[in-house]
Amino acid sequence: MPIEPNARGYFGAFGGRFVPEVLVAALEELEAAMRSAFADEGFWAEYREVLRDFVGRPSALYPALRFLGADASVPLLFKREDTNHTGAHKINNTVGQALLARRMGKRRLIAETGAGQHGVATATVGAKFGLPVDVYMGELDVERQALNVYIMQLLGATVHRVSGGTKTLKDATNEAFRVWAAQVEESFYVIGSVVGAHPYPYMVREFQKVIGEETRAQCLERYGRLPSDVIACVGGGSNAMGIFSAFIDDPDVRLWGVEAAGEGVASGRTAAALGAGSVGVLHGSRSYLLQSERGQVIETHSISAGLDYPGVGPEHAFLKDSGRATYVPISDDEALAAFYDCAKSEGIVPALESAHALAFAKKLAAQRTPDSLIVVNLSGRGDKDIAQVRALRERAEVRS
Amino acid sequence: MRLADAFAARSQRRPAFVPYVMAGDPDLATTEAVVRALARNGATAIELGIPYGDPLADGPTIAAAGARALASGITIEDVLGSVARLAPEIPSSIVLFTYFNPLDRYGLERFARDAARAGAAGAIVPDIALEESEELRAIFACHGIDVPMLVAPSTPPERAVKIAAASSGFLYIVSRLGVTGAASEPDFAPMRRQVAALRAATDLPLALGFGVSRPEHVRAVADDVDAVIVGSALIDALAGTSGDAAVAATERFVAELFA
Repeated sequence: MPIEPNARGYFGAFGGRFVPEVLVAALEELEAAMRSAFADEGFWAEYREVLRDFVGRPSALYPALRFLGADASVPLLFKREDTNHTGAHKINNTVGQALLARRMGKRRLIAETGAGQHGVATATVGAKFGLPVDVYMGELDVERQALNVYIMQLLGATVHRVSGGTKTLKDATNEAFRVWAAQVEESFYVIGSVVGAHPYPYMVREFQKVIGEETRAQCLERYGRLPSDVIACVGGGSNAMGIFSAFIDDPDVRLWGVEAAGEGVASGRTAAALGAGSVGVLHGSRSYLLQSERGQVIETHSISAGLDYPGVGPEHAFLKDSGRATYVPISDDEALAAFYDCAKSEGIVPALESAHALAFAKKLAAQRTPDSLIVVNLSGRGDKDIAQVRALRERAEVRS
Repeated sequence: MRLADAFAARSQRRPAFVPYVMAGDPDLATTEAVVRALARNGATAIELGIPYGDPLADGPTIAAAGARALASGITIEDVLGSVARLAPEIPSSIVLFTYFNPLDRYGLERFARDAARAGAAGAIVPDIALEESEELRAIFACHGIDVPMLVAPSTPPERAVKIAAASSGFLYIVSRLGVTGAASEPDFAPMRRQVAALRAATDLPLALGFGVSRPEHVRAVADDVDAVIVGSALIDALAGTSGDAAVAATERFVAELFA
């Protein structure tokens, strides 16, 4: 069974509810509505139906025969979250939260977004369920992700530019919390990862655990055994919690969270909160966090916008400290190499986020025997990253 | 000066005046001069903001003030240094206003001890609500640092009573849903619905903040609450000033607010 947080929303020492008083009543209302919905089989039936008919689940568990090289003998599987509607795992969560918002009688959805994937996934369910959506996005990200901004607008959402702080996801999240505080009665805040104040980390995991449940059943059905290793990238960590949660009680299944090292965990230009951070409080919960000695959140760096976040979900902090999962860093360059490899060897252009998990899979496979079974959560597709990768390649060609 | 003594001694201003300034915006010397001017002009307590880069409870004015102070390198130690210089000189209580993470990083015990030594009367931590505040309140109480807690319009009545019981120094009533920032036409109806029950629940002074920015607001709530907390409007009035110009702007602002 996945881990249940305690009554105050803690996974061990991590989690909780560190928010201004104005939001406490809303979080309590949300928690009560969530518990009632989770206990209602009708709610889950509708959720599963939308995942099947709209998202296109179940997603395939695909044997990647060429990614590790022609003579590799270690079986490698990709959980194809990239084939979901809107191109990533994010939609599993926004479907669940939109259904919950509707059940609570909320009239608007609010979302933060970094690269725009969660914004697009929220705008999509807003359109589907007829709920107006306001997306908060850092000014820098609005400029870097013009295509996703346009898609969100096409879907009927309003995109608000956030010009405070570092003008990125962290500040977009601050702003979404502030806006929610002002319209807490009519609006539902759709958080995009397993972060934030209780009950968000738990709730988002519950909406993502379908990834792990499918993977587990597919492995047993097809291979008659559980995977030896499950690998997923970790920014906030929702795709990883989604796939990990089905294997928590299987001690022989090793769980690997891959963080964005950026230019290296010790470089100061990194987004590896678990690898290079320390314990603190950000966006409503206690977890690991990239911060200065004085407790100021520091600017992060990753080639992947979806991993470029200074915090990480509290359940990951718990899994790290308990030793149940291991967290490893992959650099920008390693991820980019895996991005190219995957496209050429498998015919799949992965998201740069997922490319971090792929890069680690290659390293791990070198230490594994043919009787192992490695699963990588291919959390998203790379269409959104193509302009960026192309620009990087052109810059590299100019230099060389 | 302890908050209880400051509120007991207040005479000049009805309701009592509790201004907020961001320490180090634009520099500490200006902040100290402004605090002295506020004290001379009848402030019962003065909230001194410790800058933080991710101020979830603050609107654009205070967030920008914090960003300016951080850019000038202001630290908790610097702010406590100012408190130590100001506290012996002024007849107002000094209440530190800080987000939880920098405080947690500094160490709750160490902060409470250093704040008490410097002469601070209290600390407001806007991003921890009742459930997460127990340890902090216990530690701060040991060092004689009051922790005023916040009640919001969204706080259910039975919860507001618990918050009132946990609060010390005064009880901070948030006037509206949302974040700090001057408002042109604040709605005081939610506050009025809460005040009677809060009076029955606590003997602490009730201080109203968030959006209180104009003389007519002060007059409108004078019979409802014991104090008004004014932050963003003062920071706006000080915009672009430093040194003597900031002191002059402060004096003009207070004279107008209580005209």
